[in-house]
Amino acid sequence: MSGHHHHDHDHDNHLAPIEARVKALESLMVAKGYVDPAALDAIIDSYETRIGPRNGARVVARAWSDEAFAARLREDGTAAVAELGYGGRGGEHIIACFNSPEEHNLIVCTLCSCYPWPVLGLPPVWYKSPPYRSKAVIDPRGVLADFGLTLPEGQRIRVWDSTAETRFIVIPMRPAGTEGWSEDRLAAIVTRDSMIGTGLPAVGEAR
Amino acid sequence: MSRPDPGLALAADTPIPRDADGPVFAEPWQAQAFALVVALQAQGVFTAAEWAQALGAEIREAVAAGGCRDGSDYYERWCEALEHLLIAKGLASHDGVDALAASWARAAEATPHGQPIRLENDPLRG
Repeated sequence: MSGHHHHDHDHDNHLAPIEARVKALESLMVAKGYVDPAALDAIIDSYETRIGPRNGARVVARAWSDEAFAARLREDGTAAVAELGYGGRGGEHIIACFNSPEEHNLIVCTLCSCYPWPVLGLPPVWYKSPPYRSKAVIDPRGVLADFGLTLPEGQRIRVWDSTAETRFIVIPMRPAGTEGWSEDRLAAIVTRDSMIGTGLPAVGEAR
Repeated sequence: MSRPDPGLALAADTPIPRDADGPVFAEPWQAQAFALVVALQAQGVFTAAEWAQALGAEIREAVAAGGCRDGSDYYERWCEALEHLLIAKGLASHDGVDALAASWARAAEATPHGQPIRLENDPLRG
């Protein structure tokens, strides 16, 4: 695996005033016994898919529909994503990893849970879990099998380790049979997992 | 604890940013603040009606003061409403929340990347 960058101590560990305030209110209520942190996690989990993966899906759909955009996305992910209005905290430096018949991309943060928030929202629980973080590097094919994804034998898996500064988004291959689809229709089949690399676009579900 | 449908719990007249599938959030802290209110309602700390009133008042005040027109500061108002409601209930104080927020900010700065931010990491916390 290439690109195991040094994790600097910036960005993630600076709380904006509003973030510190939310933390304060939460810890106060937890300390008083009114709120169980696990219950909060459960609520957030149930909404995680509402937070941002659709932004990423629009990026993918645009890349599928517009070759010039795809080229810019390859060249400078941060700038291309900003064209669609996405960016900011957690998206300081976004690299788009394009899947190809030869190579499938998988993203992980081995140290914690760095994640491209502006395009994918909150990380799913499993992304933050130690088993995923370690196994993704040691046995990526096994991880994909856990997700029910079996790739052609000839397709390599490249694992990208996220850092505080650099976040990745996987650009899956456009599925066959989607010729002539609008960007909206294309975006609807781009799942969160397909942009992490643990899944593929959900063609069967698009109607 | 059985979890009521948050959509129902937050009904009343709280216009939460949402689409057909449910609430949408721009940043993680918004989801955290959202979840906190859902959990506190589920625990009976305040009712849906009390929450709707608190949030509505906050938004009206902000609109009257010239803000909140496009709804982009919706969750800032959400947090203020929560803080004010907890103060009204005698469960928090403004100074207390200020101090705790400052402590969290220091704790975050003192935490190496890759480790969870814990309040105990605040170097000034005695």
